[in-house]
Amino acid sequence: MIGIATAVDVADLKETTLLNMGIFGLFVAVTMVIVLRASRNNKTAADYYAAGRSFTGSQNGTAIAGDYLSAASFLGITGAIAINGYDGFMYSIGFLVAWLVALLLVAELLRNTGKFTMADVLSFRLKQRPVRIAAAISTLAVCFFYLLAQMAGAGSLISLLLGISDWGGQALVIIVVGALMIMYVLIGGMKGTTWVQIIKAVLLIAGAAVMTLWVLAIYGFNLSSLLGAAVDTANNPAVLNPGLQYGKSETSKLDFMSLGLALVLGTAALPHVLMRFYTVPTAKEARKSVVWSIWLIGLFYLFTLVLGYGAAALVGADTIKSAPGGVNAAAPLLAFFLGGPLLLGFISAVAFATILAVVAGLTITAAASFAHDIYANVIAKGKADAETEVRVARRTVVVIGVLAILGGILANGQNVAFLVALAFAVAASANLPTIVYSLFWRRFTTQGAVWSMYGGLGSAILLIIFSPVVSGGATSMIKDAHFAIFPLSNPGIVSIPLAFLLGWLGTVLDKKREDSTKQAEMEVRSLTGIGAEKAVDH
Amino acid sequence: MGNDPRTPDATASVDFEEVQSTARFQELRKRHRSFVFPMAAAFLLWYFAYVLLADYAVGFMSTKVWGNINIGLILGLLQFVSTFAITGWYVSYSNRKLDPIAAEIRHEIEGHEFDKDGKKMTGVDK
Repeated sequence: MIGIATAVDVADLKETTLLNMGIFGLFVAVTMVIVLRASRNNKTAADYYAAGRSFTGSQNGTAIAGDYLSAASFLGITGAIAINGYDGFMYSIGFLVAWLVALLLVAELLRNTGKFTMADVLSFRLKQRPVRIAAAISTLAVCFFYLLAQMAGAGSLISLLLGISDWGGQALVIIVVGALMIMYVLIGGMKGTTWVQIIKAVLLIAGAAVMTLWVLAIYGFNLSSLLGAAVDTANNPAVLNPGLQYGKSETSKLDFMSLGLALVLGTAALPHVLMRFYTVPTAKEARKSVVWSIWLIGLFYLFTLVLGYGAAALVGADTIKSAPGGVNAAAPLLAFFLGGPLLLGFISAVAFATILAVVAGLTITAAASFAHDIYANVIAKGKADAETEVRVARRTVVVIGVLAILGGILANGQNVAFLVALAFAVAASANLPTIVYSLFWRRFTTQGAVWSMYGGLGSAILLIIFSPVVSGGATSMIKDAHFAIFPLSNPGIVSIPLAFLLGWLGTVLDKKREDSTKQAEMEVRSLTGIGAEKAVDH
Repeated sequence: MGNDPRTPDATASVDFEEVQSTARFQELRKRHRSFVFPMAAAFLLWYFAYVLLADYAVGFMSTKVWGNINIGLILGLLQFVSTFAITGWYVSYSNRKLDPIAAEIRHEIEGHEFDKDGKKMTGVDK
């Protein structure tokens, strides 16, 4: 124990700051060159939003993994397993299984019916204006909360990795990260963003693989001895059993069910994940992308199991909790224990790159939704040319980037898990019912869609505002106020069924029927890919 | 942007209701739904059964099976295995049962067999 304590002296970390910055700077330089090269032929709206539909399934699958494995996945899950043992592992299972919803029910049909955004699919056979506006609002809401979480995550990472602990210094780094992200998206569009995500996914998975093999090698490639060592260091056999974090009371058990529901149903409704399916030429490639991402993401979550228990065994929960950055420090501290400053520098740079790439993906999604759904289709009523639309999208990128920087500075130090869980719950409540109904239920109407989207979005956000995450608890955002009348921290178990119910109710109470030719067109297009496939064999 | 749906292209004149009513399209729809719906129900049930066990049957999940490896860890790893297996199964099903029939219908539409005006158009393809 004494040897370990000296090996991971948190004060030593600050001496690696220059190295961390150097490796991160190298990553920025290399990706910027690639983004510049990739952006040379960004001309049309399809180029800017959908990378000219030029990516292959395996490239897009890797980029999806890059988008999905955010700082919350890498630092968050490793930390959760290191501190809470088995309960942390259950996060990764929810995050992975959720991909089957995307694979079986959403990805290919969406690729065949849409063009650039989620709203394209939802408004296909319903009334354009109300449905597009609702879909764009929920897209912007989900992206904004996800963005805040990533920016706030950047702030807390910095305190550990760069040794900057004062508020002003952290704010400065958030500004730098935000400005870099704006540049990537402005210059590179979807193509540049996709390449950043591919590079980052490869680095992240390779880094995690090296650390996993290293930890396993220490324990003679015997998982049972690794788990035994984690129990010894924690001095608590319960780290191997479920319930350490969520088994405390009946309310916390219900909260876990709610979180599980939001995780498994949220993924297939995240707008920035859905938009990635438009970057491939055909539905078959969309399917291939999901298969690739399921393998990569699944593999990565298996690594986090070893890394989490490895950090618990080799670094120890107490050292992790007392380090700057807290729970999030588990993976970097483990890297420092294994490979010293060099591995720590690499892993830190990868963690920064992760935030940068995810933020870029979210920004382009939000900008596309505003420019394509609100500006081109609602304000300009479909009369805007592609050039104007892309110009509006670029301006939106700057506005969203500035908002994310400001929000990130304000949210810095706040509960990051709250924002990520909110993004998943909002996506599952506001988007998933309408996606599923409009793809599979012939009778579904505009009123059903509008009720479901606004009802899901509104109830999810209201329940979070009145939950213990915002007020009334020791870890709440506003510690001194007490208006937490809803006992659960995740609203999914209420708001998701409610949104499904509202979609059904709005439809059966709707006296108007939708155009059956549009329904036929959507169904035929979604299953056959007619008009969406490249005509190659004429 | 010939690969973007919803831009007026060669499919503008297609009578989609006619395509929808053909036996072949109905067969494609049936094959798709008869696979994805039961499979989605099955994996969601299996996932929630697992979450419920971890939530409310801690004693059972903590039963050691081999060394420090308990039932909870084995069931958790089986969730990974089932996810990979369903993915592989769906891909092979699509390749065998869905893609050929979808391609066939697509070619028929592109060959103008379902045009609204009923007469064959020739040589006006994109």
